[in-house]
Amino acid sequence: MPKINKDSTLNITFVGIGLCLLCSAIISFIAIQLRSVQENNVVLDMQKKIVSSAGLDEVYGSVENAMSNIKTLIIDLDKGQIVDINPNTYELSKELREDGKYKFLSAEEDVASIKKREKYSKVYIEYKDNEINTLILPVRGYGLWGILYGYLAIEGDFNTVAGLEFYEHKETPGLGAEIDNPKWKALWKGKKIYQENGEVSLKVIKGSVMKSSDNFSYEIDGLSGATLTCNGVTNLIAYWMGNDGFLNFINNLQKVDV
Amino acid sequence: MSNYSEILFRPVFKENPIALQMLGICSALAVTSKLYPTLIMCVALTVTVSLSNFFISMIRNITPSNIRIIVQMTIISSLVILVDQALKAYDYETSKTLSVFVGLIITNCIVMGRAEAFAMQNPPGVSFLDGFGNGLGYSVILIILGTIRELFGTGTILEYEIFPLVQNGGWYVPNNFFLLPPVSFILIGLIIWALRAWQKDQIEEPEFRMSHNSPEIVPNPPPTPSSKVAS
Repeated sequence: MPKINKDSTLNITFVGIGLCLLCSAIISFIAIQLRSVQENNVVLDMQKKIVSSAGLDEVYGSVENAMSNIKTLIIDLDKGQIVDINPNTYELSKELREDGKYKFLSAEEDVASIKKREKYSKVYIEYKDNEINTLILPVRGYGLWGILYGYLAIEGDFNTVAGLEFYEHKETPGLGAEIDNPKWKALWKGKKIYQENGEVSLKVIKGSVMKSSDNFSYEIDGLSGATLTCNGVTNLIAYWMGNDGFLNFINNLQKVDV
Repeated sequence: MSNYSEILFRPVFKENPIALQMLGICSALAVTSKLYPTLIMCVALTVTVSLSNFFISMIRNITPSNIRIIVQMTIISSLVILVDQALKAYDYETSKTLSVFVGLIITNCIVMGRAEAFAMQNPPGVSFLDGFGNGLGYSVILIILGTIRELFGTGTILEYEIFPLVQNGGWYVPNNFFLLPPVSFILIGLIIWALRAWQKDQIEEPEFRMSHNSPEIVPNPPPTPSSKVAS
């Protein structure tokens, strides 16, 4: 092999272009090969959060099994009706950027401090023997450092909480971030949302709930050192379960059921 | 034979990339708040630095010297993208935790430093070993940091509860300070101290010394011009 002059212009061009072509070919090949696995991961990750908010992953044994019993729907929040939009193309962040697909909230409306609310929302319904068993609703509201994003799961009577799970928040580890603590999340199961007069009464209180308290089924133990986060959770429940949130939709579901 | 093991293990304690060469500190601060992501980061960096050393050394004889840095960067960044893609496909949870820091392996000085200092002068086999050894050296420090920070910051190791937490009815109040990046600086400092107390030849000559002003050492200090005193 003849000795090449590695610093000649020809060699510089050759090595430069050759290396770039080779590297980009390898990367493109691998990226295309892995794309379907990666996209699957993103979908699975979201499904896991939805399913675990209602504890359905344990009921059905796996996320896939649970998802096969869950129907995804897009609803109009103001009318409380199901609309014919493909749920697979729906993305909350996109909705909140597009004019006409969200509304700004006035100070008194904006209980959960989220500034704007989407027109359409994506909800999940789990059916058992052709009846609604669980309703899983996306909720969000301001905590201490940022918006808490989560899913609230409600049982078929549309009043009993099946579970609450936050999938994104910026709360302080050890204090506000204890909203992820399984022991605290377990407190939510079985609590009631609406009082007989229809008022949203479910809230996180300061300190622990007394068993003898009249409001036992409407109150959750507060997290010590995280009052503002807890207030945020109370507010987001009040907002999303109220008139501006999913109340219209829930009322409509009840009418259909009866 | 001993030469190979020397190449492989010298970077672990004798010439540790973090403790002696002070390279790759940024990721050591950022990813070590929990042990599991730390382990994944160690694997990612070790794979990148070993393979980049290997490939860079393979083409070292045809690499033109005026574009050698660009060539090295191209190879390193291609490898990092591959690692990142693989992580997204096979360990999505961890890739979310590590987020941007996998991509930042490209700018990790250990990778580039070893390419320039070792792989450009040595054949592919030993270059691979050198890269692997440096990856090990980086990993040792990161694993120490990750273990200490997770243990004291959250009372767990690999999510397994070691100290029962107050929230769960135990006695340990987690120290949130350990979850913040600055604590890594303190821990790295302590590790360097311990390492240099053991391996005395790592102690560097101080760049500055206090000036001597006692009359025994400088008996007759030269008279200084008044302008200098003023400054």
